[in-house]
Amino acid sequence: MAVIRDRPLPVAGQAVSVETLDMTMRFGGFTALDNVSLRFPAGGFHALLGENGAGKSTLVKCIMGFYRPTSGSLMIDGREVEVASPRDAALYGLGMVYQHFTLVPSLTGAENLVISRAEVPTVINWAKERRLLADFMAGMPFDIPLDRPVRDLAAGQKQKLEIVKQLYLGRSFLVLDEPTSVLTPAEADEMLGLVRGMTERGELTVLMISHKFHEVRKFADTVAILRRGRLIGSGRVEDLSTAEMAAMMIGDVKLAELDDRVPTSPTASPVLRIDQAVAPDRSGLKVVEIADLGVRAGEIVGVAGISGNGQKELAEMLAGQRPLTSGRILVGDKPYGASRTDTVEHKVRFIPEEPLQNACAPKMSVAENLYFRAFDRAAGGGRTFKLSRPAMRRHAASLVADFKVKTSSLASPIAALSGGNVQRAVLARELTGDVDLLIVANPCFGLDFSAVAEIRARIMRARNAGAAVLLISEDLDELLELSDRILVMSEGRIVYETHAQTADVAVIGAHMAGHH
Amino acid sequence: MTIGIDNLSEAAVPAAGSWAGHLAEWTARRLEPVVIGLGAILIGLVLFSLFILALGKSPLLLFQLMYTGGFASWFSIQNSLSRAAPLLLTALCVALPARLGLVVIGGEGALALGGVAAAAAALPLAHLLPPVPTLAGIALAAMLAGGIWIGCVGALRHYRGVNETISSLLMSYIAIAVMNQLIEGPLRDPASLNKPSTLPLPADYLIGPLPGMDVHWGFAIGIATCVLSYLLIETTTWGFAARVAGGNTRAAEVQGLPVGRLIVGFTALAGACAGLAGMIEVAAVQGSANGSLIAGYGYTGILVAFLARHNPLAIIPVAILIGGIDASGGLIQRRMGLPDATVLVLQGTLFVVILACETLYGRFKPFNPDLWKRDL
Repeated sequence: MAVIRDRPLPVAGQAVSVETLDMTMRFGGFTALDNVSLRFPAGGFHALLGENGAGKSTLVKCIMGFYRPTSGSLMIDGREVEVASPRDAALYGLGMVYQHFTLVPSLTGAENLVISRAEVPTVINWAKERRLLADFMAGMPFDIPLDRPVRDLAAGQKQKLEIVKQLYLGRSFLVLDEPTSVLTPAEADEMLGLVRGMTERGELTVLMISHKFHEVRKFADTVAILRRGRLIGSGRVEDLSTAEMAAMMIGDVKLAELDDRVPTSPTASPVLRIDQAVAPDRSGLKVVEIADLGVRAGEIVGVAGISGNGQKELAEMLAGQRPLTSGRILVGDKPYGASRTDTVEHKVRFIPEEPLQNACAPKMSVAENLYFRAFDRAAGGGRTFKLSRPAMRRHAASLVADFKVKTSSLASPIAALSGGNVQRAVLARELTGDVDLLIVANPCFGLDFSAVAEIRARIMRARNAGAAVLLISEDLDELLELSDRILVMSEGRIVYETHAQTADVAVIGAHMAGHH
Repeated sequence: MTIGIDNLSEAAVPAAGSWAGHLAEWTARRLEPVVIGLGAILIGLVLFSLFILALGKSPLLLFQLMYTGGFASWFSIQNSLSRAAPLLLTALCVALPARLGLVVIGGEGALALGGVAAAAAALPLAHLLPPVPTLAGIALAAMLAGGIWIGCVGALRHYRGVNETISSLLMSYIAIAVMNQLIEGPLRDPASLNKPSTLPLPADYLIGPLPGMDVHWGFAIGIATCVLSYLLIETTTWGFAARVAGGNTRAAEVQGLPVGRLIVGFTALAGACAGLAGMIEVAAVQGSANGSLIAGYGYTGILVAFLARHNPLAIIPVAILIGGIDASGGLIQRRMGLPDATVLVLQGTLFVVILACETLYGRFKPFNPDLWKRDL
């Protein structure tokens, strides 16, 4: 569709203002966005807060032309425009940086930039392009090596390159979708600081989607809060307290609070011990080597690290999905092979990340999914051969009631549940009965506040009840809140250990980033 | 301070739905595959009619002949049932691995090997034992041959990461070549001149007809195997474990389930079913193993299994239906001057439409109770 403009294209390096007027988006009978009017003045650093499903990404997708709003309009620099496609959005200088990287890993930074242009010549004159790029980068606050393949860059550098790419494409308004979720605290601060500098110089308007209050506090000028598709509040960041923002986000829901931490008995015996365990990593080129890791009964040991430093492999080693090339894993002083017999005998339970993909059979019913731990256990505890459907339904009904899993029916496929309820169902299954060892990976990824609070409270309860808990998480705040001890993983090894209460975030961050 | 978790989120426990509500939900979930399946068949028939029209023939006459040839008389019904017998078993060869998430399409090869193994085992056994133990023995031989063959496909899949669809198809060609090699070489009956065959089974060692009909016992064996397979999948913990592994391998591993053993076990069982089909073809129809075993039963079984959505009980009516369509091929050829392969065009059309309609599941509100209570 041709776009008729009555004004020249926005000038690169010149911030524009963006305003939505009564923007509404309905999907069938469901209103994802309800009359949202927001103004993002030029050269500001704006934050958009809201829980999952609050309508943040719907709003942004309407602005970026991925969705056509049911009603309402969009103004850029005070003039109404029609953005019918992402291509139109690009013409108006609107750009977006996604949560996950969109760069081609095998190409260099320079190649990534050049091929991302809307019109790339059939034959690229690289000498000329490199010259132009060097000039362009001279004017940028970011310092990124453009001649190395993107896969060799650190996460922070990649994220900066994503932003540089948008600036290179001449964007004047940039949406950052949870831009720091893959960065260390130091990288996040540096990156946001640089972006903030650009807004202060009037080169860029930024709208950042986030759920980290401290980032919003530190970098944003204004904040808007969405809940269930509605604009609940907005204003200058300094006029709002964190508690006020949180209250607006969540509404009148009481959050579960953590039980008090019962002191771990100093004589508690180690339940899990990993001894010189070595396994290949995902690429098969490097190894993950856990020299010595022990978790005692009644303690939570947190494993921190930036995504991709061997935490997934560690979880897989413990789940029996990644055979060891050497070393051993001991549970209760016996070699542990993660077989069904082993898990039952040692009462080992597992809560993997992204539970729908890793802990559920999505098309099987809620009742069946809740029965995974129990289906082959006879009433007396021995193995049984006959599957009892009435027993399955009773089991499921009691778990659903205990853990308040919201489902329209026990016969619904578990994939029909919301993320928080899938996670509740998995918790119900894994935390029911005696648990001696609990292995948890990123349990709260992508869940809303009340689900997160409840899940953390459940984990703490399991710990207080005497379970040994190994918590692998990319969320440092979560680790600091729950753990007794924190280990840092970097490049497949455990490089640092500290007590959670005396932990220094800066030191942990430095180790996460590989400075040890 | 501690706040009990139990009184926190106002999340509703599923409404203690009324008896009628449960019944409606149960019916809706069971009706969905039936309605979508029949709808797909209808679309397939319309497309096929266009094809027949393009050939300048009347689709109505063709459908009428199909009915006459397949189901109109006691004779044609018996013919259809006889043709359905091997389809029941080759469809299981697809349906059982499918419950583990594997698409195995090599039933034809397992059937061929089963047939040859049965014929080979018949030679020594028929000299030593009376008919019934002999038949049991050759059935066992056939199931072993088919089971090992498709079990290898499962093992390759689990331990070496070889795509099971490709490997089963390619191994099918190998199996057919091995069969040809054997019936033209070491196992050949010197008396079979034009059509290389193994030594025929003695007449009293053949599988006879069911009492009061012209349909051989193979049909009853097929039905029984379908029912047993259904019971295995739905009422045993093995079947449950297999469905978990098929629903999500990673989740099954996290639960400590022996995914490798389940895959090899179920694929071997599937191969055994196809091998048994080969044995029945040899002992009830052909009398010896020869090239006629390769009649496409293995491939038609794929269609049957997909139409039945890999539900062993649903395989029974579907196999009879497809058996009937198969049976009408000759009549269509004679009366309409259309080639025998016309029914294959119909089967192919149906297959493509069925696969395309897989994406419709869960889209129709009347069949999806999860959409009833939500006002989306």
